[in-house]
Amino acid sequence: MSLTREDVRKIAFLARIRIADDELDSLAGELNNIIGWVEQLSKVDTDGVEPMTSVADMTLPKRVDAVTDGDVAEKVLANAPDREGDFYTVPKVVE
Amino acid sequence: MSELTRLTITQAAAKLDAGEVSAVELTDAHIAAMETSRGLNAFITETPEIARERATQSDARRAKGAAVGPMDGIPIAVKDLFCTEGVLTTAASHILDGFEPPYESTVSGKLRDAGAVMLGKTNLDEFAMGSSNITSYYKPVLNPWKGADGKDLVPGGSSGGSAAAVASGMAMAATGTDTGGSIRQPGSFCGIVGMKPTYGRCSRWGIVAFASSLDQAGPMTRSVEDAAIMLQAMAGHDPKDSTSAPMETPDFRAQLRDGAKGLRVGIPKEYTLDGMPAEIQALWDQGRQWLEDAGATCKEISLPHTEYALPCYYIVAPAEASSNLARYDGVRYGLRVDGGTLDEMYENTRGEGFGPEVRRRVMIGAYVLSAGYYDAYYVKAQKVRSLIARDFRQAFEDIDVVLAPTAPSAAFAIGEKMDDPIAMYLNDVFTVPASMAGLPAISVPAGLDGSGLPLGLQMIARPFDEVTLFRAAQALEDAAGFEAHPWREGA
Amino acid sequence: MSYIIQGDTGDWEVVVGLEVHAQVVSEAKLFSGSSTAFGAEPNHQVSLIDAAMPGMLPVINEHCIEQAVKTGLGLKAKINLHSVFERKNYFYADLPQGYQISQYLHPIVGEGKVLLDLEGGKTAEIGIERLHMEQDAGKSMHDQDPRRSFIDLNRAGVCLMEIVSKPDIRSPEEAGAYLRKLRAILRYLGTCDGNMEEGSMRADVNVSVRHPGEELRTRAEIKNVNSVRFVMQAIEVEAARQVEVWETGGEVVQETRLFDSARGETRSMRAKEFAHDYRYFPDPDLLPLNLAPEYVDTLAATLPELPDEKKERFISEYGLSAYDAGVLVAEKKNADYFETVMLGGPEGKRGQRDAKSAVNWVTTNLFGALNAAGKDIADSSIAAGQLGELLDLIADDTISSRIAKEVFDVMFETGRSAGDIVEEKGLKQITDTGAIEAAVDEVIAANPEQADQVRSGNDKAIGWFVGQVMKATGGKANPQMVNQLLRDKLAG
Ligand SMILES: [Mg+2]
Ligand SMILES: [Zn+2]
Repeated sequence: MSLTREDVRKIAFLARIRIADDELDSLAGELNNIIGWVEQLSKVDTDGVEPMTSVADMTLPKRVDAVTDGDVAEKVLANAPDREGDFYTVPKVVE
Repeated sequence: MSELTRLTITQAAAKLDAGEVSAVELTDAHIAAMETSRGLNAFITETPEIARERATQSDARRAKGAAVGPMDGIPIAVKDLFCTEGVLTTAASHILDGFEPPYESTVSGKLRDAGAVMLGKTNLDEFAMGSSNITSYYKPVLNPWKGADGKDLVPGGSSGGSAAAVASGMAMAATGTDTGGSIRQPGSFCGIVGMKPTYGRCSRWGIVAFASSLDQAGPMTRSVEDAAIMLQAMAGHDPKDSTSAPMETPDFRAQLRDGAKGLRVGIPKEYTLDGMPAEIQALWDQGRQWLEDAGATCKEISLPHTEYALPCYYIVAPAEASSNLARYDGVRYGLRVDGGTLDEMYENTRGEGFGPEVRRRVMIGAYVLSAGYYDAYYVKAQKVRSLIARDFRQAFEDIDVVLAPTAPSAAFAIGEKMDDPIAMYLNDVFTVPASMAGLPAISVPAGLDGSGLPLGLQMIARPFDEVTLFRAAQALEDAAGFEAHPWREGA
Repeated sequence: MSYIIQGDTGDWEVVVGLEVHAQVVSEAKLFSGSSTAFGAEPNHQVSLIDAAMPGMLPVINEHCIEQAVKTGLGLKAKINLHSVFERKNYFYADLPQGYQISQYLHPIVGEGKVLLDLEGGKTAEIGIERLHMEQDAGKSMHDQDPRRSFIDLNRAGVCLMEIVSKPDIRSPEEAGAYLRKLRAILRYLGTCDGNMEEGSMRADVNVSVRHPGEELRTRAEIKNVNSVRFVMQAIEVEAARQVEVWETGGEVVQETRLFDSARGETRSMRAKEFAHDYRYFPDPDLLPLNLAPEYVDTLAATLPELPDEKKERFISEYGLSAYDAGVLVAEKKNADYFETVMLGGPEGKRGQRDAKSAVNWVTTNLFGALNAAGKDIADSSIAAGQLGELLDLIADDTISSRIAKEVFDVMFETGRSAGDIVEEKGLKQITDTGAIEAAVDEVIAANPEQADQVRSGNDKAIGWFVGQVMKATGGKANPQMVNQLLRDKLAG
């Protein structure tokens, strides 16, 4: 399995990372090297082996249903690069 | 260079208690060292004002006889992956430009509450992705040690700034984070102690996430005892982190001086690599000898899936990273590069904001999780991970600790291995297995290579058995008697 | 009444499956401690976790788990003791983490069913495929600024239950009945308030058409329809559109569409389809959710009575018709009102009221008046106890049911008790023979010719006399007695 320019373009879009066209081939080469290298895992016999879900054998801790947070608009908005009043903003989305 | 900047925490705490030195004096000495050693580029942000303020408060506490413990007044550096309230936090990435968290990470907060004095935020590989600190948006960190040929060396990574700061006398200790070796490998490269606790021992709350199932904070210090002291302040259950272990924190120094007598040490045969420098094999054998002389019994063990740990890691970690880094989208904090549409804004922001290594890993991660490949890569890797953990579980049925090299080489020159990602990944071949199994591990400086560069030996223990790990590491440190320092007057 | 679309190529049936997003009733969000209350200032119910600040971590709200399990039990569904939270990865303006924490391969609730009452006493059973828990997204506002959309994260992280039906629905009516029934069950359980206007219940509608007996054809998913009526309309127009497409030699494509209620049509949401690769994987910030069987048993034991059970009980206990029982249980508060009436009564006669007349007064008179006044039973001016009192006055002949209607109207106007009104207006029924006899004699005396007609055998005229006497007594005379006396006196 080897990634083409087009595959790399698609993956880059999935990850929302702009890749210049002239970088696609070199990037495809790098990614293919890494993927080819990790594919050695296929040699391991994992029949009947459960995939690891968590390293620590713990049970999921739970919170009680109480309002203990929020109402910190200034804190959550303070770092916004393009804040408008108490809103975040993004380029207009047309639906 | 001042005597005060060469002390261990243990020594400094004694002087503070004896009134021989004040926290402010200690702090000023380190602030001066930060300035003279700026050439190493170990810090992204220096916080001398905060340091002096906390030092003053510490002296006031001590004057009232209300010092809160051995960390009170100790000047430390904080890896710039820990969110620090009101202080620029970058993860060494362009994409976090100007980000000042309105919150303090649990671990850095615990250290603050223990009286530790924050000197600044240390440089690292971007988002902790790297083993040589060359992927930082804020430029590489230099290792305070120089090669025989005088070349500039990498400090290791990702916690390279922290390692360089402690080794060069800019900080008495520093926090690091270890995902696949990011504390232990730079510890080995810079000749200091680097300790990764059991996964779940230290809270991950407020630490910029790289790979959630692997990330652990840990201490980087000048002695094993210092590591135990510092971890004591960092560890503890945190209800804000669902993966934080709900258990009491033991006294990590409880058995520190019990020695190696009766310890059962495993020597994993799979850790012998062909092409591994003879010096490293020799140091490893030496370490075994030291422990046996000290009364430990050593035996060869097998961890059959060791060779698969690294490729397994390079599926699991990028997969988690690709998702963890999705939040850097130019909307709520950090860099925003505008675009005509929402997607263009995302692509521009993330294209400019992430460096080459982060891009590579995020894309690998997106790929191994994508439709049609998930089972072949991600699920397969998590199965192999189960086998790696099982190898250790079985081995620990009749040993107490594993002894192995920390890294397959000493620090290398900036520029080497840079063009070949996989060659770079191989730096972590000995550290990744313990990470995959969530086990506590420590690197102790044990010797020098032919060109006088430090080499570390690694020990790995059972989950949550840091007490035994520190005991074994102390025995190794005592036997090794590593005294070398990179001090270069005026460096 | 199966729903069939006649086309040129023959009959078409519509196949519908619904994915309902129901907002869980809880104080705080699923993975953070910020409030779920509706209508706060923008970004004022947002924590550092909801805003996906670096290093923030989720911790689950135990009440949301309980609500999901209760709902599963209410849907007669299998509760999965082991379930897993996974990340659904995609980029969108209202999704701060860049992923939604949801459940995928291992949902908390498996297969169940919902029973529908349809027109003409018909019933249908709609299968439930699964129920899973997930985070809601924030809200984007597109009309505030020429070049930017504004983002409010108050909803982000609120707990939703996605309830997925099997493609068992065969008509817009069934879809409507399913949604109303599902909403009733959620409200009985108190796990979702079911207010579609406030968006606490939204439906994604999967529609396809086929010739009866055929394999399933390609479906289209109509996203986020927010009222029962719109869901029914959307199915109707989308089914028609698909039939049209197939019959003109086209292909229905699998896509997500929007329902435009103003235009009454569905429109394709243009989207780079290849980009929809959600890359689900277990969330490494959380652990698998394991429930103890005892925990589920306890919740099952404390589950409230649900519409179907209540309906059965009303039929067996009060002898109601299936229809009346169905009308009453459709809304819990209606059923409760009726039952309060039935359990009340005068000293020594508690719980002895006549169910049939109670149903009529509640469903006909009260609901009629409420609808006319555009009121909800919750703010009815007549409390259940007061209506019961009115029924008692009829039962013990204090007033006739005709008078009772007048009294009822005054009660509805003023909220005063039936007894007071009857007293004050002197509406007590006259049962004293002497008084009625006097009135009868007067009327007969005043109308000799009509009296002769009756005597000469024209029975119809009796009715006329009854009317006159009732009028003379202001309607208070007991009609049976009036009738009897007239017959005696006019018997030839
Ligand atoms: Mg869905
Ligand atoms: Zn959903």
